[in-house]
Amino acid sequence: MIQLIYLARLREALGTSKEEVELPRDVGTVAALLAWLRTRGGAWAAELAPGRAVRVAVNYDMARADTPVTAGDEVALFPPVTGG
Amino acid sequence: MPIRVQTGDFDIAREIAALRGDDARIGAVAAFIGLVRDINDSAPVGKLALEHYPGMTEKALAGIVDEAKSRWSVYDVLVIHRVGELKPTDQIVLVVVTAAHRGEAFAACEFIMDYLKTRAPFWKKEQTPAGECWVEARASDDEKAARW
Repeated sequence: MIQLIYLARLREALGTSKEEVELPRDVGTVAALLAWLRTRGGAWAAELAPGRAVRVAVNYDMARADTPVTAGDEVALFPPVTGG
Repeated sequence: MPIRVQTGDFDIAREIAALRGDDARIGAVAAFIGLVRDINDSAPVGKLALEHYPGMTEKALAGIVDEAKSRWSVYDVLVIHRVGELKPTDQIVLVVVTAAHRGEAFAACEFIMDYLKTRAPFWKKEQTPAGECWVEARASDDEKAARW
């Protein structure tokens, strides 16, 4: 299982702030996770579409497309940051 | 290296005094205070809601401060960032850097703000006459952070 966290505009667009999911066997990276979430269709396909500005953090560190995702991880999805 | 994410306001004089203590090595204190403006992208702003990602936000800020300390010879750094509901004229963020000389203090302070704007997980949502809207990230902020 991994914990998925959605923040800011993404949380509102997807209508959920967090969920626990069992990763399919072939999903082992951030890119694969996003591709798998897109297969849910609807807002998931639209908001996480390639080219959309989605940032991903794995266990509180900014991640890249090839960052590994494994059971027990906390993975957060959010838009580009706008603090300060 | 105090880092605080809080809903309440902060008192600049008290925070600077606490960071300085009685450290006579300090010859320069640089401080930046970010404020809520009443206009953004030419739309009037009534209120602002600031969201963060507890756990990661503090970790990201600590990483930015560590990076600043490795690049410049500074003594101490304080970062306070507010979250929750804010209104125009409110203080949002405070960065204070103490050093022996002003050059290091100014540079580290500006670096920390530029990195904070592009790497620390905070998000602003504005209330305007047209309704609520999430603030979009600015390319100019990425360019400022890339200078360093």
